[in-house]
Amino acid sequence: MKIMTCPLNGPRNIAEFVCAGEVKAMPDPAACSDEEWAGYLFLEANPAGLIVEWWLHAPTSYWFIAKRDTVTEQIVATYTVEQFFAQARAAA
Amino acid sequence: MSAQPNRLAAGGQVERGRPLAFTFNGRRYQGLAGDSLASALLANDVHLVGRSFKYHRPRGILSAGAEEPTGLVQLGEGGRTEPNLRTTQIELYDGLVATSQNCWPGVQLDLGALNNLASPLLPAGFYYKTFMWPPAFWQPVYERLIRRAAGLGRAPVLPDPDRYEHRHAHCDVLVVGGGPAGLMAGLAAARSGARVILADEQPALGGALLAEPAAHPGQAWRQEVLAELAGFEDTRLLPRTTAFAYYDHNYLCLVERVTDHLGPAAPPQLPRQRLWKVRARQVVLATGAIERPLAFAQNDRPGIMLAGAVRRYLHGYGVRPGRRAVVFTNNDSAYATALDLAEAGAEVTVVDLRPQAEGALPAAAAQAGIACRAGHGIVATEGGQRVKAVICARLSADGTRIEGARERIPADLVCVSGGWNPTIHLHSQSRGRPVYDPERGCFLPGLPVQAERSAGACAGEFGLAACLAAGAAAGAAAAEAAGFRASPPDWPAELASPAEAPARLLWQLPAAKPEARAKQFVDLQNDVTAADIRLALREGYASIEHVKRYTTTGMGTDQGKTSNVVALGIVAELTGQPIGELGVTTFRPPYTPVPFGAIVGRNCGPLFEPVRRTPMDAWHEAAGAVFEAVGQWRRPWYYPRPGESMATAVAREVTATRAAIGLLDASTLGKIDLQGPDTAEFLNRIYSNGWSKLEVGRCRYGLMLGEDGMVFDDGVTARLGEQHFLMSTTSGGAARVLAWLEEWLQTEWPELKVYCTSVTEQWATLSLSGPRTRELVALLAPEFDLDPQHFPHMSVREGTIDGVPARLFRISFTGELGYEIQVPARYGLALWARCMALGEPFGLTPFGTEAMHVLRAEKGYIIVGQETDGTTTPGDLGLDRLVGRKKPDFLGKRSLARADMGRADRKQLVGLLPRASEDLLEEGAQLVADPNQTPPMAMIGHVTSSYRSPSLGRSFALAMVQGGRARLGETLFVPMPDRMVAVTVTEPVFVDPEGERLHG
Repeated sequence: MKIMTCPLNGPRNIAEFVCAGEVKAMPDPAACSDEEWAGYLFLEANPAGLIVEWWLHAPTSYWFIAKRDTVTEQIVATYTVEQFFAQARAAA
Repeated sequence: MSAQPNRLAAGGQVERGRPLAFTFNGRRYQGLAGDSLASALLANDVHLVGRSFKYHRPRGILSAGAEEPTGLVQLGEGGRTEPNLRTTQIELYDGLVATSQNCWPGVQLDLGALNNLASPLLPAGFYYKTFMWPPAFWQPVYERLIRRAAGLGRAPVLPDPDRYEHRHAHCDVLVVGGGPAGLMAGLAAARSGARVILADEQPALGGALLAEPAAHPGQAWRQEVLAELAGFEDTRLLPRTTAFAYYDHNYLCLVERVTDHLGPAAPPQLPRQRLWKVRARQVVLATGAIERPLAFAQNDRPGIMLAGAVRRYLHGYGVRPGRRAVVFTNNDSAYATALDLAEAGAEVTVVDLRPQAEGALPAAAAQAGIACRAGHGIVATEGGQRVKAVICARLSADGTRIEGARERIPADLVCVSGGWNPTIHLHSQSRGRPVYDPERGCFLPGLPVQAERSAGACAGEFGLAACLAAGAAAGAAAAEAAGFRASPPDWPAELASPAEAPARLLWQLPAAKPEARAKQFVDLQNDVTAADIRLALREGYASIEHVKRYTTTGMGTDQGKTSNVVALGIVAELTGQPIGELGVTTFRPPYTPVPFGAIVGRNCGPLFEPVRRTPMDAWHEAAGAVFEAVGQWRRPWYYPRPGESMATAVAREVTATRAAIGLLDASTLGKIDLQGPDTAEFLNRIYSNGWSKLEVGRCRYGLMLGEDGMVFDDGVTARLGEQHFLMSTTSGGAARVLAWLEEWLQTEWPELKVYCTSVTEQWATLSLSGPRTRELVALLAPEFDLDPQHFPHMSVREGTIDGVPARLFRISFTGELGYEIQVPARYGLALWARCMALGEPFGLTPFGTEAMHVLRAEKGYIIVGQETDGTTTPGDLGLDRLVGRKKPDFLGKRSLARADMGRADRKQLVGLLPRASEDLLEEGAQLVADPNQTPPMAMIGHVTSSYRSPSLGRSFALAMVQGGRARLGETLFVPMPDRMVAVTVTEPVFVDPEGERLHG
């Protein structure tokens, strides 16, 4: 069983976590087309390589973000929501 | 009881003074404490153990360990019987009962052996070819025949009476294998202060030293090391423990056979087996090596064994498996067996594939006067249920042909060695890629992927001194890597083994005659021969993975521990590809079979899944309720009176509720306490309808939609204070809804100040329904003002009942006047009992979930997950009034605006009345418009709920039908296997559509 490091609870067995899909930007609901909206809802990029995902530590209901590699199956890093979006803003 | 003709007068680690009786195939034998079943059988000169998988050929014991392919038995009887157990790993206990497998009527006369005569008709893949026609015969006829004729033991049919435990453990260094390398590694790590677990599958630690004579200096060293290891507080020695799985992040599973060796004498307080789940910082694999057989002609007769195994029987158990032995080898190591057999009084001849045998051991054998046929091979064997003789002959220089005369050597024991395969299974499981070493003709561990290292024979370091050195270095390195200061321990200089000359790798051997050539077995368990592999290649299966699947070589309970590399060698020779390029099939857990009981542990029976009980559960039980599972909850389904059927009981409960008062235990409904200044805004976004204007003390029904606009939960939420709400959810959806709320609060709307707390189990809920409910509540809760003017439908009040804090809701899920009382969970049972007592004069009737379903369906109230299926919008349910289109946003809003959502042919909720009032539709049944179509018919909807209604005096149903609301009054049809049911489409509300009862 893999170990994932939760930003709140530290390293825990992966069985305690739930993956909730890729982190993706929501298109403006008021302006986007039906196709764009459906793409946001239903389509995942599913890359071979680095992927950034929402994860939930189920016993504590704690949401965070993890970066992992779908080819090597390594968990590269985990972030609190604040950390992740602060970094994203700084990079932008 | 017979004597033990093959037991030597001395030697072995068996206890001479403790004879044990056991039964094999109904016959009683005697062995000694310390025997394996295999050694006890061999001591009694029993070589014939079972019949082979496909041809039912007589088979015996090949090895002395986990690799055993053929010496398998059905052990024990009744609920404790277990198939396919390796005689080599069963420790003998008094009263042991074992039987042969895959033979009828018995192992000596087996009618299935007729398959052997038909073997030319049963080549690899025969079942793909032979049993093709007619196709309809495959499952009912052929598969049954094959399953009966082929195979291994029988699975037990009775419940397992034994107990199994799970244990989680952490350590700095896990050492797998207790041979010289493993002991050395464990010692190095333990001395550094690291927490060490050392596991070995055998009852005694020592590995290859257990096959050495008592006088070997390694025995004294082994005892010293074990004594030192036992003195470390943080070192745990686990004998009888197989590390069978190596998963991610150094997570390994071990199975410890705690009492298997004690049989019926096992103390009841101990579990039969214990599954260890170990998380190790560092792993040292010291799993040793497994000897390979040679694929010579007729190499499967009982009495043909691995050379190293014979040494183990000699020195470990004091058993000499035969008197006239031929040792057939391609390397030096088997000469040790020849020497020891001669020493034990056997007649020995060595047949060596190499033209010259020049190492130290062959020299010693020559000196001892042991005859050696160098450059020879065995080209045939004789014998029925036991080998009687071998035919050997000089081979051509390239090894492909027989040259010169054939010699018949009488033999009751043939000891074979084709070299050694490092046991790389766990390394491969840990995602390491094994590398082929053409020098030594075996696969070695590749680069480690996880924090593991291989040491000793499993890394191709053969020879005692090499193993000790490698173990010492690996143990110290592992401890260092885990953060300790370590150094490799020393060992006595006399611990060494003679240097060995190189082996000669000949994967295919010539045979005396064509029929002997057809019996060169590669995989003894699955009856796969070298000819089968040649056939697979001729038929175009080039990849080793395909060869494996087509011929079944390497499958079965032994997973090809003795056969895989031989099969690879033959493929390599035939295709001209180096073995290294063919690769090896991936090893997967488990290393050896693990009983389901050990995997399941305590998680079975009542502990399989936790059962959630409401505070009133004991009352329901005493009242004779029949329960149903709702998620993990158990809820009263109905309360039958003596002699009542379910239908009668449900009809009575429904009628009583509509006529007087019914009482439902609604404690299982999810309750989430929401507090904070932004709670109303939060609810506005979470629910499709509006919440800002909900006054304190009022309740509102809400629909929760996914981002895709589909209904995913519903329930009534009450406003207890300006910043305090109590949300109710479906019984099964509570955890999902809480996670959903947290997801949005934490990820998208962190600016909203709201706390969500699950309070489902903190409050007991009594749900009262029926026209006389108010009279009863007035008696039960006199402090509350029940005047409908002050306490209208969809309101909540807080107060006390009998001095206990209570919340009183005026809500209804039945369509009747309804009140729900919540009190802290520990008062639930008392309040329920008091309610029943006070309610008696009113005809108060407890009702279960089935009556609740009927009552709510009569009123047209939906159940999420019954009427909805994840593709249902509020509009589909006729609940458009619950969509706050003027709100700036809510979850699902954008999706509801998609063009698809407005399609006129979406399935919509309607009621159905079967033409015949007694006809009860099946839930899930499909609806069609035209009953005269030829199948496949155009299905336009399905029945979601269907009941007999005591209130209507007839059956009725709810359904989702394409464009359903435009079809009111139409006749549709439900095609059933035996008839066509006509139904009329109606409004989905059958009782009190105006709501007079509700608001009364």
